[in-house]
Amino acid sequence: MQGYAFDIAHMLAGSLVLVSFMMIYQDRIYALLNTFALQAALLALAVAWQAYTQNAPHLYATAAIALIFKAMIVPWALHRVVARMGIQRTVETVTGVVPTMLAGMGLVALSILLMLQLTEAAENALAREDLAFALSVILLGLLMMVTRRNAVTQVVGFMSLENGLILAAAGAQGMPLVVEISVAFSVLIAMIVIGVFLFRIRERFDSVDIEQLDAFRGEKR
Amino acid sequence: MTGSDALNAVLALPVGAAVLLALLPGYRVSSWINVATSFLTLLAAASLLVLDRPVPGNYLQVDDLNIVFIVLNTFVGFTAAFFSASYIGHELETGRLTPANLRFYHAMYQIMMFGMNLALVSNNIGLMWVAVELATLSTVLMVGLYRTPEALEAAWKYFILGSVGIALALFGTILVYLAAQPVLGEGTPAMVWTNLIEAAPQFDPALLNVAFVFLLVGYGTKVGLVPFHAWLPDAHAEGPTPISAVLSGLLLNVALYAVLRFKLLMTANAEAVAPGPLMIGLGLLSLVFAAFMLYRRRDIKRLFAYSSIEHMGIIVFAFGIGGPLANFAGLLHMVMHSLTKSAIFFAVGNVAQIKGTQQLSEIRGLTQSHPMLGWGLVLAVLSIAGMPPSGVFMSEFLIVTTSFARAPVLALILVFGLLLAFGALLLRLTGVAFGKPTGENHPMTGSLLPLWLHLALIYLIGLHMPQAMVAWFQTVAAILG
Repeated sequence: MQGYAFDIAHMLAGSLVLVSFMMIYQDRIYALLNTFALQAALLALAVAWQAYTQNAPHLYATAAIALIFKAMIVPWALHRVVARMGIQRTVETVTGVVPTMLAGMGLVALSILLMLQLTEAAENALAREDLAFALSVILLGLLMMVTRRNAVTQVVGFMSLENGLILAAAGAQGMPLVVEISVAFSVLIAMIVIGVFLFRIRERFDSVDIEQLDAFRGEKR
Repeated sequence: MTGSDALNAVLALPVGAAVLLALLPGYRVSSWINVATSFLTLLAAASLLVLDRPVPGNYLQVDDLNIVFIVLNTFVGFTAAFFSASYIGHELETGRLTPANLRFYHAMYQIMMFGMNLALVSNNIGLMWVAVELATLSTVLMVGLYRTPEALEAAWKYFILGSVGIALALFGTILVYLAAQPVLGEGTPAMVWTNLIEAAPQFDPALLNVAFVFLLVGYGTKVGLVPFHAWLPDAHAEGPTPISAVLSGLLLNVALYAVLRFKLLMTANAEAVAPGPLMIGLGLLSLVFAAFMLYRRRDIKRLFAYSSIEHMGIIVFAFGIGGPLANFAGLLHMVMHSLTKSAIFFAVGNVAQIKGTQQLSEIRGLTQSHPMLGWGLVLAVLSIAGMPPSGVFMSEFLIVTTSFARAPVLALILVFGLLLAFGALLLRLTGVAFGKPTGENHPMTGSLLPLWLHLALIYLIGLHMPQAMVAWFQTVAAILG
């Protein structure tokens, strides 16, 4: 039982990392949103599996939030935002796909090396692997935020980063209530981002391209 | 009234007021409700000084360390609310804000105060993280309040960098929990400060080390340490001035408090790396970088935003050096910086209203055209530059002398940075304060009372620090180890 519980958790966490890589090479916004939805759904499965193996019913709530909110509502809302605001459908990147992928691989190697060495003493192999995968997802999310230019894709990068955090929190045995609170906060973040920023930016500009905002840097005269 | 009542009041008052302010339409009434609530919160916080402290629970605590921060937080929160009440109406008249904006602004102000107070009194690393996040989100919304392209860019940048910082801090928090869990068992007890500190010697040092790096980078972003500072000047320059005062004076301190707490955890574990050198490095880097940046500023609010980075660098450096004397100096410097920097922003808000611009080159001869404001600004800037007899001089002097005794090479870099910043600030100050007044002259609406109140405190403490305060800070410095 232990062996196969471990394998499933391992597979789910690993596929989160895989989907993170898929997000890096998407060049159309809709495809990116769909990939993000896939990652959130996988996260829901991974967390639900943790809830089952750890016998921690409160994690099911986290899984449900990930599934309903992150895998359905947020991608749907972002779809509408993109459609309604007529945002450019292609993803503008700072660097090409290949360098980004290579950097991504480097980050994954780094996080696995770091985390596995770090937790050598821990008796729970599951928590170790989970942590390594979670850190990979976090770093890949960061990488995505750095290499993207549109506001929408940066938000997606941030939410993917947050998926990694939830994975880490779920993998930590018996971590209290904080999981739910942090999820509630991710809801708030997503709402603020979608509601306030995009619409405000839309009010003033024809694009949500962050580079364009740079032209208004306070000290240009 | 008991200590736990006062503690509850510190948290409940801002929440209640936020709900009320969100419902009330008129901005005049709202702004004074904002002041009254902030004053009552200050009273509740001050009463914690004399009342019996509540027993630390799983979520909240009051101890010698956080009480300094709470009292300072609520005090500047009150004076900034007072300044805001006299100032913000003008923004309505000039059409920069609408009544709906102001309603939102006042409700958010109290939510922000709640977030900061909660972060300071939390006894739980998870709860503290949530509170810091709440304070961050509410300030992001305030920074974007003017909805100009600049304000939106600033808010966006702040949001993205702040969120990444806070995400890394959460990862660090999870790692601390993982380190604590084998010792303290699963569940809430393994996230409670008072338990963590006691059990810290038995934690896995390798996990703690990595956790601290994440926490330092994460919360350090919010402290504004170089190289994670990019959000800070924009956020200070583009938001409403009372919010700049609160950001510099309070929010940076809250993040610093988080760093200090985790530093305590690190020092409690003998095998973990010493957190001091990391903090010293980041502190000195921030100081020297910001000092250079001061020279090229054209915008008055940005100038003082960089000065905040500089001073946070000095404070982190002092706490990094450690030991009773350096900790005492760091703590004093933090208090003095909060008071002085918020005073400067109170003055700058008035200056920007009078001149209708934040460009340094278009502000001239303030001491002639507006003596009370101009000389207030001169005194405040002299204080932040570290001139005697201000309290900032005293704390900087202490930091320099201790670091000369402990690490002479580092002290040289410190002094270099301080002198550099001193030169830049005086250079800008002479341009703004003296000479022939030029440019527009709109009437001034903002009150000068908070500015002069802060100045009085800064110089009084500089001339003679009350014995009770010395003893109080000494105990806190001893805790910080």
